[in-house]
Amino acid sequence: MPQLDVNTFLPQVVWLVITFTALYLLMWRVAVPRIADMLEARQRRIEDNLDKAVESKKEAEKTLAAYEQAMNEARAGANTHIAEAAAMMSDEAAEREAELALDLSARITAAEDEIAKAVDDAMDNIRAATIEVAAAVLERLTGEAPAEKAVAKAIDRALKPEGR
Amino acid sequence: MAADQSPLAQFEIKRWVPIEIGDVDVSLTNSSAFMVLTVVAVSVFLILGMRRPAMVPGRWQSMVELSYVFIASLVKDTVGTEGRTYFPFIFTVFMFVLVGNLFGMVPYGFTFTSHIIVTFTMAMVVFLGVTAIALKKHKMRFFTFFMPPGVPLIMAPLLVPIEIISYLSRPMSLSVRLFANMLAGHTLLKVFAGFVVALGLFGVFPLAFVVALTGLEIVIAFLQAFVFTILTCLYLNDALHLH
Repeated sequence: MPQLDVNTFLPQVVWLVITFTALYLLMWRVAVPRIADMLEARQRRIEDNLDKAVESKKEAEKTLAAYEQAMNEARAGANTHIAEAAAMMSDEAAEREAELALDLSARITAAEDEIAKAVDDAMDNIRAATIEVAAAVLERLTGEAPAEKAVAKAIDRALKPEGR
Repeated sequence: MAADQSPLAQFEIKRWVPIEIGDVDVSLTNSSAFMVLTVVAVSVFLILGMRRPAMVPGRWQSMVELSYVFIASLVKDTVGTEGRTYFPFIFTVFMFVLVGNLFGMVPYGFTFTSHIIVTFTMAMVVFLGVTAIALKKHKMRFFTFFMPPGVPLIMAPLLVPIEIISYLSRPMSLSVRLFANMLAGHTLLKVFAGFVVALGLFGVFPLAFVVALTGLEIVIAFLQAFVFTILTCLYLNDALHLH
């Protein structure tokens, strides 16, 4: 069995020590730190990105809250605007109605005055005509012209109960 | 059967370049050549694979990182965080044994891990190193390791020698396990490969067996490297934490 040939032991051990030491130094000084650095950098990057993601999520939530608040404010503002406008419009309507009522009553009063005046005028005309007619009738019946004042007095007396 | 046809001929040490320094024979043999080849291959794989490290690794870089993370998690699980200091050594052991085993699977290759002197030297380095770490860390308290806690004192005369023998046999079991696995696997391959030609047309059966066995041997190459590494970790754990 070649494994038991003692003469081969020394060169194998010597070369094993040389090669293994060389490999160990290469691993220790070069390969392992490089790989470890890379893995660490990647781990850091992943954690960074996770942190960033969490931050972004928070920001998005904040934005959403702000948006909702703004929406609510706008809605409330719109509601007050609508209420204000409604109140203003109903005020205006009431005002106009009152104005209209005032106008109408004024016009009614004016019309009534006019009617009264017309009635008075008519009454005056009737009185004058009646006096004339009565004077003419009396002149024809009596043959002499009556005193105009007396006739007017009598007419006025006759007309009184009918007048206002 | 000629001498070089023997199933054990593949383990023959050949002095390619005889070198002697003083009286010491340091000839470059086929064994040492494959050790050098292993060092070069591992270094190329790990260092060139990380030449331009990318955040998103390519295939090569992924394999490098995978082998690193594999051993790093093994050390973390068996030794704990104190194992970080010894990680480069354990990683070197794993890569050296693994690639050495795998080079043995290449036709005309030489398996230096099939030599007891190689595995025994490595096991002794591990054993002595681990013992030195334990002595440095625990001073005299290290020797309580041979007296498990909770054992009645009357058992000590029986138990302590057993513990000491089991401790001292660690380098033996560690080195023989790897050496014997490699030796047996490669011998078996060679024996069955010999049948292929001898049986003529019926040689397809041993051929199929050799193909299957080659697959198995590649698995064993990986497995034994892993076992060697995990045992190193366990011994280190014992040294750092005693019981």
